Amino acid sequence: MNPEPEQPNHDEARRTFLKQSSLLTAFAFTPGPVLQAAAAEIDEKVASAFEKVPVRLDINGQKHKLSIEPRTTLLDLLREQLGLTGTKKGCDYGQCGACTVHIDGKRVNSCLTFAVMQEGKEITTIEGLANGDKLHPMQEAFIKHDGFQCGYCTPGQIMSAVACIREGHADSDDEIREYMSGNICRCGAYANIVSAIQEVKNGGQKV
Amino acid sequence: MNQFQYVRPTKQKAAIDALAKDANAQIIAGGTNLIDLMKRGVMAPQKLVDINKLPLNKIERDGSNTRIGALALNGVVAEDKLVLEKHPLLAQALNAGASAQLRNMATVGGNMLQRTRCHYFYDTALPCNKREPGSGCGALEGFNRMHAIFGFSDKCIAVHPSDMSVALVALDATVLVSGPKGDRRIPFIDFHRLPGDTPQKDTNLEPGELITAVDIPDAPFTKNVHYLKVRERASYAFALVSVAAALNIENNTIKDARLAMGGVAHKPWRLTEAEKSLVGKPATEETFRQAAEVAMRGAKAFKYNQYKLKLAPNSIVQALKTAAAVA
Repeated sequence: MNPEPEQPNHDEARRTFLKQSSLLTAFAFTPGPVLQAAAAEIDEKVASAFEKVPVRLDINGQKHKLSIEPRTTLLDLLREQLGLTGTKKGCDYGQCGACTVHIDGKRVNSCLTFAVMQEGKEITTIEGLANGDKLHPMQEAFIKHDGFQCGYCTPGQIMSAVACIREGHADSDDEIREYMSGNICRCGAYANIVSAIQEVKNGGQKV
Repeated sequence: MNQFQYVRPTKQKAAIDALAKDANAQIIAGGTNLIDLMKRGVMAPQKLVDINKLPLNKIERDGSNTRIGALALNGVVAEDKLVLEKHPLLAQALNAGASAQLRNMATVGGNMLQRTRCHYFYDTALPCNKREPGSGCGALEGFNRMHAIFGFSDKCIAVHPSDMSVALVALDATVLVSGPKGDRRIPFIDFHRLPGDTPQKDTNLEPGELITAVDIPDAPFTKNVHYLKVRERASYAFALVSVAAALNIENNTIKDARLAMGGVAHKPWRLTEAEKSLVGKPATEETFRQAAEVAMRGAKAFKYNQYKLKLAPNSIVQALKTAAAVA
């Protein structure tokens, strides 16, 4: 994978945008954001409304040095810039869980965080779960138990299910249902998803 | 989404400076509500001050208080040993909120600063005095089944969405803030505002002020507590009505009580009169019914939320029964 994906022409984007708004031209005549920041003792990362921020991320064990527009969510970075389309965009508002990934081992909704906020973090997506050609036990269990129909919510369900066991919240069907409630399945595969999680939990395999 | 300037200070003073200098700057911590609102165009800050590098995530003892840092994650607080031992009501309320993923992102400070989930606030095509002062309240004569029954004004009938805050107001918490003029402490009950004529202001934070922590005093509410959340599905939904109930019971007599409701007002709704009515009485359903009646004084419903006038007192009774382990 290309760690430095092609970016659209930055200067051209800036020109177009400035033309659109006279208000924003004010920015052009104020000191650069980095200088402003130095004056205000704002250390670390600073970006003006037009500039990309350098960000280092470890994604599925691979180190990336990226240049990211601050508005880019982690989800959009993964899918649009890095081609990791296993993570799905469902609602894009944190209501469905299709975009669930792990950041430093914790499950989160990647649609509700800006990628620039994750500087230095370790991200695991569904693509990073299998060990080479060998599927993760949770992936095996979802297949065995028919834990999906259309499959769109499945990457998020599996990332959440792995975390559910790691957190110690898979001790009963009720507990699994409660702690998996952030992952919606409109096909209604819930019963089979619970069975899959139970099997992995009871199998005692390392997740 | 509108473009914004992004800054990530590592010192508290720099964060406050960055915030105070720019009226259109917003703090971002977990981002779970702010990014949602920015995507929808409800909020459009020109600058985001990312405070995640500030050392504000500790949960520790401070004298006879438990001090929870503003950046402590909801999921971490809900499972913290100290919190579970001293303030189990808070842990229950946190676990009733959102989903496991969101609790791993959302911070204590951010949870308090959540905006209402009123549909008129969220839909930029509709009038809302909170989003756009002077545009009118769409909910007043509109689809208002989620809305307030206490403390509303003709400008705004929205409710505060946080579960955590309902527990914190019941537990006499204090909010610690730091700003351009120094540090101050705000009793939790005074932190959120009623809408009045300025529904655009959710809290009494001054411009440039940053929440640094919450203090919860020790109290004998470690055993007989319950957070009841009534919602339209079993999990992962906002409350129609919620109740935080904490009792100190000795020999079946109520020595002290704390009671608050969520989903009924523009702020977490503490029920001090109902608490007083419980003290000295036996822990029975009859006592709880009387307290619920006291709690509901002054309640007024709108066209579509009449059901809350019954649901709220029934929820109070149920929460108190569960807290007291009365069958």
